[in-house]
Amino acid sequence: MNKKISFVNFLMKVCTVKKLSILIMITAFAGLISCSTSENAQQRNQSTIPQLSEAPRPVPDPRVGLQAGVFDAEEAIWNLRKMSSTPPTEDFLGAVNSDLAFKGNYVIQGNYNGFMVWDLTNPEDPQLVVDYLCPASQSDVSVYEDLLFVSGEGLGGRLDCGSEGVPETVSEVRLRGIRIFDISDIKNPKYISNVQTCRGSHTHSVLKDPDDNENVYVYVSGSAMVRPEEELPGCSDLLPEDDPNSALFRIEVIQVPLSNPEEAAIVNSPRIFEDLEAAPSHGLAPADLEEIEQAKADGKFVGHFYGRERIISGRFITELLNEIVEERGGNGDPTAADSSALRENLQEMLDERMAERSTGEDDRGPNQCHDITLYPEIGLAGGACEGYGLLLDISDPVKPVRVDAVADSNFAYWHSATFNNDGSKVLFTDEWGGGTQPKCRATDPMEWGANAIFTVEKDSMNFKSYYKMPAAQTPQENCVAHNGSLIPIPGRDIMVQSWYQGGVSIFDWTDPENPIEIAYHDRGPVHAEQPVLAGSWSVYWYNGMIVSSEIARGLDIFELTPSDFLTENEIAAANTVKLTYLNAQGQPKYVWPPTFELMHAYLDQLQREREHDLDFIESIRDGLDKAEEANGSEKALLLNQLARQLEVEANGSTHKSKTRVLARTMKTMSSKI
Amino acid sequence: MDQIVGVSKSIFELYLSKHTFTLLFCSIVFSIVSCTSTGQLSESASTSHTSFKPEKTETEERLEEVYWAKVESAKMNFTQADVDFMVGMIAHHSQALIMSDLAPKNEAGSMVQTLAARIINAQKDEIASMQRWLRERNQPVPKVHIDGLTLTITMESPEGQSSGHEHMEHSHSAHAGPDHSGMPGMLTQDQLNELAGLNGDAFDQAFLTYMISHHEGGVTMVKELFNTDGAALDHQAFRLASDIQVDQTTEIERMELMLQNMKGS
Repeated sequence: MNKKISFVNFLMKVCTVKKLSILIMITAFAGLISCSTSENAQQRNQSTIPQLSEAPRPVPDPRVGLQAGVFDAEEAIWNLRKMSSTPPTEDFLGAVNSDLAFKGNYVIQGNYNGFMVWDLTNPEDPQLVVDYLCPASQSDVSVYEDLLFVSGEGLGGRLDCGSEGVPETVSEVRLRGIRIFDISDIKNPKYISNVQTCRGSHTHSVLKDPDDNENVYVYVSGSAMVRPEEELPGCSDLLPEDDPNSALFRIEVIQVPLSNPEEAAIVNSPRIFEDLEAAPSHGLAPADLEEIEQAKADGKFVGHFYGRERIISGRFITELLNEIVEERGGNGDPTAADSSALRENLQEMLDERMAERSTGEDDRGPNQCHDITLYPEIGLAGGACEGYGLLLDISDPVKPVRVDAVADSNFAYWHSATFNNDGSKVLFTDEWGGGTQPKCRATDPMEWGANAIFTVEKDSMNFKSYYKMPAAQTPQENCVAHNGSLIPIPGRDIMVQSWYQGGVSIFDWTDPENPIEIAYHDRGPVHAEQPVLAGSWSVYWYNGMIVSSEIARGLDIFELTPSDFLTENEIAAANTVKLTYLNAQGQPKYVWPPTFELMHAYLDQLQREREHDLDFIESIRDGLDKAEEANGSEKALLLNQLARQLEVEANGSTHKSKTRVLARTMKTMSSKI
Repeated sequence: MDQIVGVSKSIFELYLSKHTFTLLFCSIVFSIVSCTSTGQLSESASTSHTSFKPEKTETEERLEEVYWAKVESAKMNFTQADVDFMVGMIAHHSQALIMSDLAPKNEAGSMVQTLAARIINAQKDEIASMQRWLRERNQPVPKVHIDGLTLTITMESPEGQSSGHEHMEHSHSAHAGPDHSGMPGMLTQDQLNELAGLNGDAFDQAFLTYMISHHEGGVTMVKELFNTDGAALDHQAFRLASDIQVDQTTEIERMELMLQNMKGS
């Protein structure tokens, strides 16, 4: 078999012209269809499901070299079916589509101009329910029951949802924080409240504590500048030791009383970074000190700047001198008197001009988090916080406590976290370049701007491997690891993830040391010559759909198709999981009801993993088919018999656990009959 | 299926003249291989893979026009402060490139070389983004020329004509163009020369020390931008500036730690 595969590879190399290769793939594909017979199909059914590492994949990667276009870019798709692509409405077109939140049959799509609500009852043709104009970046969205939360961080967001922006640096009308909408009538969202925060809300996470039915909590991560105290009283960017209320080095916890959401307020600002690698200040290097002394001797302007003594010259001095001239009501060039006035007041003017009050920020650990992924069922959260990935205990939602932290020299900016379903692994993403840069070029290292996979053992995280979407992208395509979610394939850790213009990549990280891509969708760039911000901002599995928020093109919906990497039974078992809502940074625990789909999925996996010989697998498969056709007590009896057979077999197996999980599922189902 | 046929036909026409022989050879052999083989190869039929070029609908045609019009008009929402920030930051970043270029030449440690490679990768891209930002807004665009330790920036006018010449050698002589040496964190030419003269561990320590203060200067410039009325309202400028701030703040921490470890050892 290997020989045939290498012959195919050889042919591929002979036919190196890229488009030619595509044609060949197509021809081969058509050839396969034309020569596949019912006999072949049956043979396939009985033949072995390949092991993941041996399953063939498209070579060369068809994602490389796709043609550009806004709505007609060339697309490559593998092991997925696109159900629909729906452009944004005109008011939202050209503005950035951001994150998604799901409630019932609806998905809410954030946009820098507000949010759109789509009805997904027919995923082949999503229907716009409402487009609510209310500009603010990033407009990350979350839902809980009848409440919708929207993040505002940019400087132009207004309390009244107006689109005219806020040009003043200090203004009463600016909204930076969380907006709260009542969506009990989702066609008519009502703006009921907001909670202003000092740094605004870049993203947020909604925490529903299983033990608290009165409130829901919102963790706010702000990464932009602290706003002036004149705009929001109490805001300070001093160091915590200089001002205990400093907005730096903390996150905000907002409590939202469900019966009175308009009374939502900040209840805690925990400093979860405390004592985290607080690298002491190294002070100035000898060369700096010498330089400064020399400068002073030369009569140059020297002042404290960003906490250190520095030589101030050039443009700054000219501007400051002009300021002095203006203040005394003069015009023209500064005089010697102005110059000496500057010398006298330099420090004061610098402080004032730069609002330079914080010192030595660099002496500490992280200042902020980007995303905090909450997984209430296991009582843990994954915090992606600047240069660190944090593991937080959230059993008391108001008082998250850090239990571990990891750093990684290959990571530029820790962006978000995803746990596997049982919480034994966590994956962090690195948004190197902030999402606007092309970081998936052939020359970019595969461990930069990637995912890092860790196992979680006794409150500590241990690094295992990196995963990066493997197809090289053009310099016109912003591409880096971004948001995604687990797909509830039972018994496996499978994730769907956005890579901006790198498209959507689905990969299996069950083996944390060898993650492997199993499906994808990608488009060519928006423009062939210029980089234009676009691509998948976030993509989530939701009740059988894979829904992607495309920054420029709108809403894409996919479904998985069976392949060597994922069987029909595994997909069907995933689709038995039903969620009533889903948020970007809120991770649900997937629970599979006992079904024949689930049992067949486990059986397929035992076969893929070469856990038992094929005859045994086939005999269990036949038994399952018989049980499915049987009724009542006979069905229960057959299932119990199969379960016993498996338990006996499990004793001689190296993968006892999955065989036993299958047996247990049979017993559970049998007991419910 | 129709779309696949369509694509294969157009590609066929495209290549027929040039590659007829190879094409036919490959297709034929391929078909034979795929038909005669069983097992693993026929499994590949189940890994459904297609690439296609969608047809634009009339609605999409119209939306695409609106899209480009909006992308264009959004570009006009900026202030002089934004322009000054971009122009200054391009020069600021350029000096980081000069410093980082020294790392491999001056036998920096592997950690510092990695860091320097990352800085070059990130800041080159950001310079290109900022140049594009200016060009798209019809502003003069600084063009960067690096020759060893000498940074020369020429201003390319919107029409593409060179409108000024700025020599960025940080000597104390008069400058022809706007002086960037006063920007926070910028090294003087003497400091650059000093760095260039160091090797190995001494280089690492000086590099980290200077780059930390260089990055801090970058962060300060972002702060100044955000403290200016009407600035950073443009989403691209806001995001660019915010990204620079978070990237450099993160990198400062890493460098502090590296420096600490280096001095401790």
